Amino acid sequence: MKIKILAFGIAKDIFGAPGIEVELQHGQTVGDMRLLLEAKFSRLASLSSYMVAVNNEYADRQQLLQEVDEVAIIPPVSGG
Amino acid sequence: MIDIVLTDLPIDISACISRVMTPSAGGVDVFIGTVRDVTKGRKVIRLDFEAYEPMAISEMKKIAERAMKEWPLHKIVLHHRTGTLEVGEVPVVIAVSAAHRDAAFTACRYIIDTLKQTVPIWKKEIFEDGEVWVSATP
Repeated sequence: MKIKILAFGIAKDIFGAPGIEVELQHGQTVGDMRLLLEAKFSRLASLSSYMVAVNNEYADRQQLLQEVDEVAIIPPVSGG
Repeated sequence: MIDIVLTDLPIDISACISRVMTPSAGGVDVFIGTVRDVTKGRKVIRLDFEAYEPMAISEMKKIAERAMKEWPLHKIVLHHRTGTLEVGEVPVVIAVSAAHRDAAFTACRYIIDTLKQTVPIWKKEIFEDGEVWVSATP
């Protein structure tokens, strides 16, 4: 299944685009997606940290992903 | 009452304060963020703010709702800017009214501290000689 991933802040610079698509298998998790992305974009692993949001909520690594999910990479936030 | 706004237009500070004023309040506490002209000795030209808008609004609401539950407050206004801000401009205004000042001071501090940790908004500092996403790299 194809998962669309939104990118913000420095993640957008790392991907070179405001969003990308990755191919995942059914039953794969946020953790699996992180490993895949870090293999493809090594700068992602060198950030202070980053979170993943699924459908506008912070998601832990165990969360299963589905094709309809809105997934976003959340690098360290710096509002205020 | 909770009033959350994410906007690319200038924030009207007086309007934010007026919105939380109510006869049953004994005080209003206000935090106004401003764009500083220097970071670690480097001269800042401007800041560019970017937000994951639907999630930023939902996280700002969560913070205000938690504050409402935690302390005896009357009203909360939380407005945040996006886009380009020059030195001296205002990226964030928080106004809190309560019957007593302790709750207003504590809640206002909680809201800005938590916003900086959880709300998906990012700022890029533009210096004379380069630019950097704040907090992104170790």
